[in-house]
Amino acid sequence: MTLENVLLVSSVLFAIGLYGALAKSNAIMILMSIEIMFNAVNIAAIAFSRFTVPAGLTDTPITVTQQAVQRALTGQMLSVFVITAAAAEVALGLALVIVVYRQRGTVDVTDLTEMSG
Amino acid sequence: MNSHDIYLISPQIAMAVLAGLIVVIDLVVSDKRLVSAAAILGLAAPLLFTLILWFDAPDDNVGLFGAFVVDKFALFFQILFVGVAAMVFLASTKYQERFEGFRGEFVALMLFSLTGMMLLASARELITMYVALELTSLPAAALVAWLRDDRSSEAGLKFLLMSALSSALLLFGVVFIYGFTGSTFFSEIVTRIADMQATGVLSADEPFGSYALMFGVVLLMLGLAFKLSSVPSQMWVPDVYEGSPTPVAAFLSVASKAAGFAIVLRLIYAALPDPQVSMDTGNLFAVLAAVSMTVGNIAAIRQTNIKRLMGYSTIAQAGYIMVGVAAVAASAEGGGSSSGGPQGVLFYLMGYGFTNLAVFFAIIAITNRTGNDMISSFAGMAKRSPLFAGLLTIGLLSLLGFPPTVGFMGKAFIFSSAVNSGLLWLAVVGMVNSAASAFYYLRIVRTMYLDDADDDKKIGGDIPLTLATGLTATGVVVLGVAPWFLLKFAEIAVEGLAIR
Repeated sequence: MTLENVLLVSSVLFAIGLYGALAKSNAIMILMSIEIMFNAVNIAAIAFSRFTVPAGLTDTPITVTQQAVQRALTGQMLSVFVITAAAAEVALGLALVIVVYRQRGTVDVTDLTEMSG
Repeated sequence: MNSHDIYLISPQIAMAVLAGLIVVIDLVVSDKRLVSAAAILGLAAPLLFTLILWFDAPDDNVGLFGAFVVDKFALFFQILFVGVAAMVFLASTKYQERFEGFRGEFVALMLFSLTGMMLLASARELITMYVALELTSLPAAALVAWLRDDRSSEAGLKFLLMSALSSALLLFGVVFIYGFTGSTFFSEIVTRIADMQATGVLSADEPFGSYALMFGVVLLMLGLAFKLSSVPSQMWVPDVYEGSPTPVAAFLSVASKAAGFAIVLRLIYAALPDPQVSMDTGNLFAVLAAVSMTVGNIAAIRQTNIKRLMGYSTIAQAGYIMVGVAAVAASAEGGGSSSGGPQGVLFYLMGYGFTNLAVFFAIIAITNRTGNDMISSFAGMAKRSPLFAGLLTIGLLSLLGFPPTVGFMGKAFIFSSAVNSGLLWLAVVGMVNSAASAFYYLRIVRTMYLDDADDDKKIGGDIPLTLATGLTATGVVVLGVAPWFLLKFAEIAVEGLAIR
């Protein structure tokens, strides 16, 4: 497994998510597609932090400095923050979807044409 | 985290604590007007801490493990945000009566959003930037849907979906910058890019030195374009402005946009000052600026709803400010302040804050009584409400860039900095667009002064709203006649930015 392979998977996932977010008309499907994009980001972040290990952690014997550990963990930290923020985003998104559904009986964004011009 | 960190972050903590207190006060008091009063008075706390930090100017101004910086640039924006919040609360005391039981939450969410903006102005690390951005936009999405009628909830859902989509784009950009440079700290990104430039990893033939870096920076900027309400993430703006409560539209148009420009300027200065990268970022912004102005102005011409028209006007205004950003980035050595670009941007943002708030407050005052957002309902407003018609006219003239208002001075600074940075074509596009915008701004003025009213009932505002509108409109004129104080303020703020 190389960095390129993982990044390829991540890019494909991101592209699928982007396509879904732009092409789907159901608001929940759009939220799920955006979720796929966030997960593509997570995969890329973890791959970068796994494969670009800073100097000091690859030497033998390993010289563990605080800075080296921080750098090695940045990508994983990023993914934890992304997961948390994405959960908040979806919670609010679903709340708004419910409000819209109660008013219109539909969650199709192509029907959200109260305002246009 | 030690006591020095807490000192540095004290304005943000004060803001968040105030938001929590407001929720508690809302629970215990029965007269809900006290909630608005508490919010306005409570803003003194974050302002006080900001001013202490401004005058104290600690030498060790980087805190929270290097993720957070308190320089005068950040403090300039914090003062702007607190001011905008105070004005919006003052102007919306009457409007908030429509929210019935949810008045405290409305104020609290706005304060949480402001906390995010204040963090954003201070962020010097990509993950911090992302978290601050989310803290800014999530409460805003709830605020947009606050009226809970058909249009408001539709606007809220659109806002949230667009915000989430642009967050995802921004994050993919962040990850690529992190992967390419090995760090998320702006200070380390600078040294890595400089190393790569020195060792020949970056090639002069590829844009941004490397396609990987190009991918990262372009996605990052496209994600931030949502906050700036510029092309290509501008689709949400008209719908959200039309559907959301008017005070929220005023808040978003000024504070949210200023926060976006704060982080963009800091990225250009602190993370991407490499001449080659900076040049290409400048070109990216120049193109986005030209398209934003044109799209905003053309679409605004045929609008009949004044809030929707202000939405398109905001897109065009984002374009003008981005001319200044492009000038900053395009001037060599990562925006030497010699071009006057950064001061111009800060000046314009502050002036735009006064102007747009004055316009929105006058709209609130008039539509509160007419209950109608259509421009046609403003007919004969000069007779029905000479005060608000006059203040609205001042604001619109400033948006148009008519002397002696602050909008004129701002445009003068921004377009001259574009010429200084060799972006003459962009300055010309900006001036042509400015002239074209007269068509729709002056149409509102003409409707108010020349058309006949279908109703002779006088319109007056409540005292806080009149005060807020009067203050902002006075600011527009005073800063237009004597801009030197604000320009000096902006210069001091920019000096802090240039020191890394």
